[in-house]
Amino acid sequence: MRVIGHVAVNVFKESVRDRVLYNLVAFAALLIGASYLIGQLTAGQDVKIIKDLGLAAIATFGLLIAVFIGIGLVWNEVERRSIYSLLSKPIRRYEFILGKYAGLALTLLVNVAIMTAAFYAVLAYLATQFPGSGAVDPGLLRAVALIVLELLLVTAIALFFSTFSSPFLSAALTFGLWVIGHFNADLRNFEAVVQSPAAARLARGLYYVLPNFAAFDIKTQAVQALPVPGSYLVATALYGVVYIALLLAGAVMVFARRDFK
Amino acid sequence: MDAIRTEGLTKHYRVGFWRPRPYVALEGLTLEVRQGEVFGFLGPNGAGKTTTLKLLMQLIYPTSGHAEILGRPVGDAAVRRRVGYLPENPSFYDYLTAEELLEYVGALFGYGPSARRARAARLLDEVGIGAERRLHLRKFSKGMLQRVGIAQALVNDPEVIVFDEPMSGLDPLGRREIRELVLRLRDRGCTVFFSSHVLADAEALCSRVAIVAGGRLAAVGQLADLVAFQVRGWELVVAGLGPEAVERAKGAGLVMRATAVGDGRYALELPLSVAPERALAELTTGGARLVSLNPLRETLEDFFVRQVGAAPRDRGLD
Ligand SMILES: Nc1ncnc2c1ncn2[C@@H]1O[C@H](COP(=O)(O)OP(=O)(O)OP(=O)(O)O)[C@@H](O)[C@H]1O
Ligand SMILES: [Mg+2]
Repeated sequence: MRVIGHVAVNVFKESVRDRVLYNLVAFAALLIGASYLIGQLTAGQDVKIIKDLGLAAIATFGLLIAVFIGIGLVWNEVERRSIYSLLSKPIRRYEFILGKYAGLALTLLVNVAIMTAAFYAVLAYLATQFPGSGAVDPGLLRAVALIVLELLLVTAIALFFSTFSSPFLSAALTFGLWVIGHFNADLRNFEAVVQSPAAARLARGLYYVLPNFAAFDIKTQAVQALPVPGSYLVATALYGVVYIALLLAGAVMVFARRDFK
Repeated sequence: MDAIRTEGLTKHYRVGFWRPRPYVALEGLTLEVRQGEVFGFLGPNGAGKTTTLKLLMQLIYPTSGHAEILGRPVGDAAVRRRVGYLPENPSFYDYLTAEELLEYVGALFGYGPSARRARAARLLDEVGIGAERRLHLRKFSKGMLQRVGIAQALVNDPEVIVFDEPMSGLDPLGRREIRELVLRLRDRGCTVFFSSHVLADAEALCSRVAIVAGGRLAAVGQLADLVAFQVRGWELVVAGLGPEAVERAKGAGLVMRATAVGDGRYALELPLSVAPERALAELTTGGARLVSLNPLRETLEDFFVRQVGAAPRDRGLD
């Protein structure tokens, strides 16, 4: 446990020194610029655009961090041969993998926390401009929470691929899964549009196996202040955690067998 | 209990994309390194030295065979607390300073913040990294990285130290410093197992050596037993001798080989069967003056060349 923590802190240090946090500046600039424009243009009837934009930006910037750090996490360590001396220390291979994952999760959490704070700061500003618009809505945090979960899942996917394939391939596979995962629900309804029962069964199988990213997307409901049942949040969280656990187990299994030559 | 013990340790790599065939990187290595020994692991390029050391660190898994450190299988994570390893051409995290790297390693061993800071400082002093310790490792030269690599192997005061070419990339001063460091470690009771091409290092440091070639153990033993250190002839350097006189001495069987070394001097190799006094007497009557006379002994290099030359080469490829 202690070892995992040290590995995680080292990942965090690396990402800070690699200037990953600079994306936050871009995020803040984007948000502030947009809200300024909206304030000028729409005379305040649509704070919702800012909410949409803010949540989408958090999800997108988070996705970029998760993928671009995740794909290199294990690969770089092997390529740069720093793994040789590291694994000669009293650290088990699964601790290495979990530490790497925890480190990137920490990086993501810090990033999302700062982005969310900036987001709410902008909303608070808009609330002073347009009183009664309900700009500062704590309900948005539910959407942020599921974004975080989604990012943790993306990270686990990227890390899993990174234990055996090159960063380029890992990035392609991770983005591929992310895109498919957002249209996953369509696979379920595939049987309505195809003739062959085999194809329908395959589609249904894929629906169950591939990550269902669409489930994590409640941005619209949050922005429109539509109700999202607590049971839905719990079930989605459970789904995410189980999926992440399986991916990490897979990554550990692949990594534990590898020869570092 | 031995510090390191391997039994039939074997590693085959599969090479070839379409029809993978096993390639013998290491075959049936059985070796014991006793505690407190400085043990040299010698062999030409591609002999299987790095493969062996990686197997000991379980960075790769053996095809067959078994390895132990301090009586425990190498897979045992607990035994790594008592081991230090320097990889070949070490490379670390670019974004850390030397100090931070050593502190990170100290943290992995469970030392508290002040203990790891103290250890980092002491070890960097010991391997001769000065104020550069605050620079990021990406700015380090090869030799400096090698020194950091040695330092990080020693953070936990290991009982068993495994160095893969510790002298590689070091300047002459650095080599001497690391030699002295190895001897200090030995005096503290550590076992040092190191691979090297530099036979002079092995001669200076080791109590025992093993020679591998073509993935197989070619020889192992006490340096003094392997290399007889017996006189196998004499080298006589003389001045004031003409080329005809040299030819005559060769013809008479007094001299095996003659090399002109400039300034009208010759280095003459005498066979053991010729007493140097006799040869010298004959040559001085021909007008030669004695410059020096030295016994020729078999060196580790001679032995190495012989062993490696005789080693079988079949490694599975045509
Ligand atoms: N990943 C690999 N795939 C195939 N063959 C390999 C692999 N790694 C090493 N080998 C082969 O195994 C043999 C032993 O390599 P090893 O690195 O142990 O040599 P070495 O004795 O350390 O050599 P050097 O003195 O050059 O460092 C070499 O012939 C090498 O070609
Ligand atoms: Mg080597």
